[in-house]
Amino acid sequence: MAQLECRNLTLGYEGKTVATGIDFSLNKGDYLFILGENGSGKSTLAKALLRLNQALAGEILFADGLKANRIGYLPQQTPSQKDFPASVKEIIRSGGLNRGGLFPFYSKEEKERAHTVMEQLELLPLENRCFRELSGGQQRKVLLARSLMATRELLLLDEPAAALDPHATAELYEIIRRLNQEQKITIIMISHDLEAAKKYADKILHIGKDSAFFGAAEDYFKGGTAHA
Amino acid sequence: MLEMLQQIGHILSYPFAVRALIVGILVALCASLLGVSLVLKRMSFIGDGLSHVAFGALAIATALKLSDEMLLVLPITVIAAILLLRGGKKAKIRGDASLALWAVGSLALGYLIINLFGNGGNVAGDVCTTLFGSTSILTLKTADLWICGIMAAVVLLLFFLFYRQIFAITFDEEFAAATGLHTQAYQLLIAAITAVVIVIAMNLVGSLLISALVIFPALAAMQVFKRFRDVMLCSALVGVGAAALGILISFAPTQAPIPMGATVVAVNLVIFLIFALIGKFKSLQIRKSHI
Ligand SMILES: Nc1ncnc2c1ncn2[C@@H]1O[C@H](COP(=O)(O)OP(=O)(O)OP(=O)(O)O)[C@@H](O)[C@H]1O
Ligand SMILES: [Mg+2]
Repeated sequence: MAQLECRNLTLGYEGKTVATGIDFSLNKGDYLFILGENGSGKSTLAKALLRLNQALAGEILFADGLKANRIGYLPQQTPSQKDFPASVKEIIRSGGLNRGGLFPFYSKEEKERAHTVMEQLELLPLENRCFRELSGGQQRKVLLARSLMATRELLLLDEPAAALDPHATAELYEIIRRLNQEQKITIIMISHDLEAAKKYADKILHIGKDSAFFGAAEDYFKGGTAHA
Repeated sequence: MLEMLQQIGHILSYPFAVRALIVGILVALCASLLGVSLVLKRMSFIGDGLSHVAFGALAIATALKLSDEMLLVLPITVIAAILLLRGGKKAKIRGDASLALWAVGSLALGYLIINLFGNGGNVAGDVCTTLFGSTSILTLKTADLWICGIMAAVVLLLFFLFYRQIFAITFDEEFAAATGLHTQAYQLLIAAITAVVIVIAMNLVGSLLISALVIFPALAAMQVFKRFRDVMLCSALVGVGAAALGILISFAPTQAPIPMGATVVAVNLVIFLIFALIGKFKSLQIRKSHI
């Protein structure tokens, strides 16, 4: 049984349709790239999976113990108010709030988990730094760590590498590949980076008015430039 | 100097002075805790804006010849505050603009109503009341003390129980919603409590003082601290400290009586300037250590 399945989704805003006929399914440990041009509805799909938006039609099914609020989400836009005072540690810990717990403080386990996540992403040297004083790449990594706090099952990353330099981009993709292979975390990666898709993806979903595709990555790239 | 301290100590043996001190401290505590998120939400001037809304409501109440105007003024002001604060990320008009919209709109509407339906009355006096507080802080009753105590307890409880959620939602509402937090419910809860606090405090100490109590401690804390928890704690300490100090200073025996509200604001201003200097100094040091 698939961990996540979308059947004939229609996406849009207030009656205005953005994308139709989106069909795909993922198993645990899959690595999916979602491709498509600007405005094709990739972020809208992400928000529908997270139940932030209502899909206009179709079904989204979760199985294998996955729930919408257990998805680790990395938004396309970094929430950055210029004067917001928050340390890296505070932000990363806040990702684990979906584990519930009515006790008003973070438990010892939560703190240790945050520590482990920071260790994995090599963020420990930054843990007490102020978020707004970090570079764009460092901020993305902190937000990736926060999304990792929210999930053990599925990471949904909306253009995590946008505006990063080649070195930082490569590093980010390596971290994500490791999480996928070592912890069997399912990855949904929204991106414009065809090279990365070729290198890392098991499956590809291409959204677009006249070039919809879902299938194995080999089949997508065998078609050559047909979809790209 | 010693004599002056003795004099202040002597004044504190009068219940009215103790009541002023307690109410001042409790209002400052609530305002400085709520102030951090108000400043971050671009709502620094909410106290001032709401006093204009209260004026508009007062004009309607007068035109309707209500016996107790507060029955209309309080609910309208609280509702306005909730609508202002609840907006969150989805609001089409943000912070400062929507605040100005409400303030200017109600002022004009109120003035219009008074002129159309006005029956003379003491309009100027009523306007002053909404701006500077209806009860002078020196004539507080025991009931006011109770109201303040309950208000402070509710605010403290809110921050104690939901501190993590408040942080997550203020920092990134969308992510918080994605992880299943009921962001709308929290926003509404915070907005409602903030609204009630500001409206009550406005009546006790006046909207000018409440604006200062909201803005200064939060800004002072943000000059020095970079962590949300530290900013909250520091803001509360500064707010309480400045209020206590300001009120005590205003008890000092001088030729002319020292106005209490203005003294509290002045102390806040001085503390803010000191913190701003410390902040500058700190960032210089960090830059040096990086070279
Ligand atoms: N809040 C909104 N209200 C109305 N329409 C919206 C809203 N957000 C996005 N849209 C529209 O929906 C369409 C899809 O937007 P979406 O953000 O999903 O695109 P995308 O594929 O993520 O693009 P990009 O590659 O630029 O991130 C666009 O045409 C956009 O104008
Ligand atoms: Mg997008």
